[in-house]
Amino acid sequence: MLDLKGVDAGYGAFQALFGISMRVNAGEAVAVIGANGAGKTTLMRVISGMLPASSGTMTMEGSDLRTTPPHKVVELGIAHVPESRRLFPRLSVEDNLRLGAYIPSARAHFAERLDYVYGLFPRLKERRGQFAGTMSGGEQQMCAIARALMSKPKLVLLDEPSMGLAPVIVQQVFDLVRRIRTEGYTVLIVEQNVSQVLKVADRAYLLEVGRIVQSGSSAELAASDEIRKAYMGI
Amino acid sequence: MFGFFSSLDCSLDIFFVEALLNGVLLAGLLALLALGLNLVFGVIDVVWICYAELVMIGMYAIFFFVQTVGLPLPLAFLLAIGLVAIAGLLLHYLVIRPVLDQPPINQLLVTGGLLFLLQAAATMAFGIEFRNLGLRLGSMNIGDMSFSWSRIITFAVAIAAVVALWQFLTRTYIGTAIRAISQDRQIMPLMGVDQKKVYLATSAIGGGLAGLAACLMVLQYDIYPQIGLQFGPLTFMICVLGGLGNMVGGFVAAFIIAQFITIGGSCVATEWGYAVAFLFFMLVIFVRPQGLFGAKS
Repeated sequence: MLDLKGVDAGYGAFQALFGISMRVNAGEAVAVIGANGAGKTTLMRVISGMLPASSGTMTMEGSDLRTTPPHKVVELGIAHVPESRRLFPRLSVEDNLRLGAYIPSARAHFAERLDYVYGLFPRLKERRGQFAGTMSGGEQQMCAIARALMSKPKLVLLDEPSMGLAPVIVQQVFDLVRRIRTEGYTVLIVEQNVSQVLKVADRAYLLEVGRIVQSGSSAELAASDEIRKAYMGI
Repeated sequence: MFGFFSSLDCSLDIFFVEALLNGVLLAGLLALLALGLNLVFGVIDVVWICYAELVMIGMYAIFFFVQTVGLPLPLAFLLAIGLVAIAGLLLHYLVIRPVLDQPPINQLLVTGGLLFLLQAAATMAFGIEFRNLGLRLGSMNIGDMSFSWSRIITFAVAIAAVVALWQFLTRTYIGTAIRAISQDRQIMPLMGVDQKKVYLATSAIGGGLAGLAACLMVLQYDIYPQIGLQFGPLTFMICVLGGLGNMVGGFVAAFIIAQFITIGGSCVATEWGYAVAFLFFMLVIFVRPQGLFGAKS
């Protein structure tokens, strides 16, 4: 589904990603793990077009992502739940969801998609008229995921969904990730919480200072001594 | 307070009530003017210093269509609204877009420069004479009070336009994007929103509102090249008082300022109305730099 080959990217003179090659197959949940500053968020931004790649190839179901304007990427079926949620704080929950359905193909099914995400997250229905910024962190994460699902994406990019949340809420967020997997979405998830994310993902890539240094099934990576020592504190 | 006013021949008599109601009527027009400027600033983060000059263009366009071309007034109104909407589009595309990422002072100077350019062009084309369409709509009398129909119509249309815009902003996708964009510009592409299109749509709506204001203003004011100097600073002040970019704040501020102008004008002298309004504005800004309804940043 998603295919990256030799992708470089950076900010001005600073190169953040070096020759990233990875793929996500339909129906999979794939994790990108790594320390703070390894380039995980940059990778997500490059895939969704917020940051241009400087070289390499990047395709979504055969469509060239590098020549797709940023606001057209979502029309290819990629929905990005950005780091720290980035809801529109002074818009209602429902207005946030409406923006998630901005693309023409989603507008036509707005009412249907709204019912669908309210079915997944009944709490959002209770809070639909409330400013998104007034909800708790966990509810905001729910809203951010729901907003992404409004466009009826094939691939959902989740950037650090557990960041900044209380430990008990983190567990709920990973339950949410499992839920959207069972709903049939393909998931690419970036996380610092390595032990948790390896439980929900099928496969994982380990990113270190902008390079993929290890990849394999979640079970393999979870069993690797280096990863256990460096990222899981075991 | 009242002692001060009564010493200036102003008490709670019929003239006071008349001034109060005229203030409400004036507020409709001021609210409409402030709405256009606030909308553009809220979305694009650039102040159209030449906003009142767009209104002036619209007024001259109506004058030209009616007096020179001989079109009926309603058609002239529609054409003027369309023309100023296009002027708003061109203003964004040709003048604002190149300086979008530049410091605010540069943005201020290019739109400020355009103000003088438009005034000069109007003077060249139409001369410095005061012009009007010679419309006489009469007034409505309630007891000893008198309210001109042109003001009543202006108020009704302005309020209807504000309501219509609000519906547009809350019920459509692009309207929702317009309200969202200032809250997080960077992630708009993730929603599939093309910022450039939102900016252009906003500029066209901002221009259209200026065109509508022009239609209402020819009903009660003479047309001359410097009319923008009368309404431009006032509009700008109302926007800042209400919190620049805050459309609801601007609406409320228009009603406050209009009262200062009409009551101040009726108690002392018309010129003093503006002075009192600016004095009030200065005092508010000393205490609340972000305006009455602006968020602290």
